[in-house]
Amino acid sequence: MSTSVNLSVDFAGVPMRNPVTTASGTFGSGAEYSEFVDLSALGAVTTKGVASVPWPGNQTPRICETYGGMLNAIGLQNPGIDLFLKRDIPFLKQYDTRIIVNVCGKTPEEYVRVVERLAEEEVDLLEINISCPNVKAGGIAFGQDPVSVEKITSQIKDRAKQPVIMKLSPNVTDIAQIAQAAEAGGADAVSLINTLTGMKIDINRRTFALANKTGGMSGPAVKPIAVRMVYQVAQVVKIPVLGMGGITTAEDALEFIMAGATMVAVGTANFHNPSATVEIIQGIEQFMRENKVADIRELIGCVR
Amino acid sequence: MSEKKKSIATVVSQDIISVGIYSMWLSFPKEQDVAAAAVPGQFISLYCKDGSCLLPRPISICDINKEESSLRIVYRIVGKGTQEFSELLPGDTIMVVGPLGNGFTPKSGKSILIGGGIGIPPMLALAKSLSDEVSVVLGYRTNDLFLKDEFVSYAKVYVSTEDGSAGTKGNVIDAIRAEGLEADTIYACGPVPMLRGVKAFAEEQGIAAQISMEEKMACGIGACLACVCQSAEKDAHSNVNNKRVCKDGPVFDANELLFSTEFGK
Ligand SMILES: Cc1cc2nc3c(=O)[nH]c(=O)nc-3n(C[C@H](O)[C@H](O)[C@H](O)COP(=O)(O)OP(=O)(O)OC[C@H]3O[C@@H](n4cnc5c(N)ncnc54)[C@H](O)[C@@H]3O)c2cc1C
Ligand SMILES: Cc1cc2nc3c(=O)[nH]c(=O)nc-3n(C[C@H](O)[C@H](O)[C@H](O)COP(=O)(O)O)c2cc1C
Ligand code: FES
Repeated sequence: MSTSVNLSVDFAGVPMRNPVTTASGTFGSGAEYSEFVDLSALGAVTTKGVASVPWPGNQTPRICETYGGMLNAIGLQNPGIDLFLKRDIPFLKQYDTRIIVNVCGKTPEEYVRVVERLAEEEVDLLEINISCPNVKAGGIAFGQDPVSVEKITSQIKDRAKQPVIMKLSPNVTDIAQIAQAAEAGGADAVSLINTLTGMKIDINRRTFALANKTGGMSGPAVKPIAVRMVYQVAQVVKIPVLGMGGITTAEDALEFIMAGATMVAVGTANFHNPSATVEIIQGIEQFMRENKVADIRELIGCVR
Repeated sequence: MSEKKKSIATVVSQDIISVGIYSMWLSFPKEQDVAAAAVPGQFISLYCKDGSCLLPRPISICDINKEESSLRIVYRIVGKGTQEFSELLPGDTIMVVGPLGNGFTPKSGKSILIGGGIGIPPMLALAKSLSDEVSVVLGYRTNDLFLKDEFVSYAKVYVSTEDGSAGTKGNVIDAIRAEGLEADTIYACGPVPMLRGVKAFAEEQGIAAQISMEEKMACGIGACLACVCQSAEKDAHSNVNNKRVCKDGPVFDANELLFSTEFGK
């Protein structure tokens, strides 16, 4: 009965136990969620964006719920790379999982500074956030134009010791073109989607629901857009794709994998169910058994 | 590890105690020790079955029954989530994570407990747990004085109403001044303007104060940084002047908090 199925994948040269990681910013560095899930059961943990110095983030309210989703404008609050290296990496090293460090910055120099600090650390991959809609400088400014995407990718690749994943914004006219620019700049992989810029009005207070006025939309409501974009990107690049956007169940994750994602990330679903990640991994395994799929790689990009 | 804090709770009872305000007892699987671990001032996150409502709803613990392994919450219907909870019947189940956050730290000596509006419920659990002289000051809008009578066995109870229909007309600080109340420690939960007033009053009188904060939450466990409030000192976890209400709070020492509008540093 219990025929073994293979969930392991190779992602940009890094072997992963399974194709499931966490979406940056929704899981901290794993400490809080380790009370709900065994971090060693995950393919990888992707950490909250970290900058060269501490950032205080935006004013509150920073989040609001929307139908089947949410808006956030955290503003990339983070403790800075020094404390992150001292505390968060050693914490994650206790677990048998891969570490993907998400990096943010306001200028190319700031990204490079963080990437250089990470060079000698035992982290497996870097994910470069050039798509955060919630900070004034940097973030999305680098991610919306193919020329600047290619440029910043190659600047980071020049210094990075680990494979580099460029995290793409869906707030663009042609996501395939942006992904190709990242590939041309030397990216080892791309991840998508970051959040979609949205707005909610509180009609009782006659003001914006978020202090930042706009926020990034995530959760199940954005999933069809994310699947479409992952599919479009997978058609045009040779580098692997890390897909995310609304993944809540194993079925959702499988949609992304069949659309061409080698790995998937679980974000907002952690808020709805703190053990969502492991339940999704178990669900993928069960789907494979029921459908007699011996190797997950048979499913990656099987829908063309 | 292993779902320590995630449980399926069973509704024991559900009562309407005032217009739009419900009281619900939830029982937890005995082996999970949810009630045994709970202290006044902590909260639980309740999850909706309606998948369009993704985020957990934080609700304060209003009473604790360790023998029965159950917790009581008192909540007001304000939207879809609390509406859904109000429709639960005895025997129904609901996903809960908790107890969460840091509760009140009971101090010896005279205390004043201050609750404003839907910040009143957690003060009941606290009033029950304190042994020395306790005064409770409850702030309401109108003379719909929900929960007030339940405090009477544990404390001397004073009331303020915005419209003057019961107790002192005005706010909780007006009531404290009108009654000439004194204390070694103040404990407070309620809307931010009230809490700002409590902090100022405590400083003026040189009284220690513990304040329970409220903010919109996404994870409820300290991971997402949605629920921060400004702190006077650089926080050890965030490395900036922000503390997480869900994890470092909801109860803070008043000295830890800044109620300014200028954010972070
Ligand atoms: C630590 C803490 C303790 C609380 N204790 C109580 C209590 O004992 N009794 C009680 O009636 N209420 C309490 N609240 C407020 C309660 O969380 C909200 O009233 C509830 O989440 C509203 O959900 P809804 O779906 O009915 O409303 P909606 O307005 O539809 O909710 C939409 C979203 O906004 C959030 N939200 C709405 N109002 C608030 C609020 N005031 N604070 C935080 N998030 C909010 C919801 O959680 C949800 O994510 C507490 C809040 C916090 C932070
Ligand atoms: C509260 C919150 C914080 C986030 N913080 C970051 C971040 O620091 N860096 C980043 O690259 N993406 C961040 N994201 C985006 C997510 O990683 C992910 O791309 C997006 O939410 C879509 O996935 P989901 O629908 O599964 O959440 C954040 C999302 C949320 C909801
Ligand atoms: S709600 Fe996520 S950190 Fe408090």
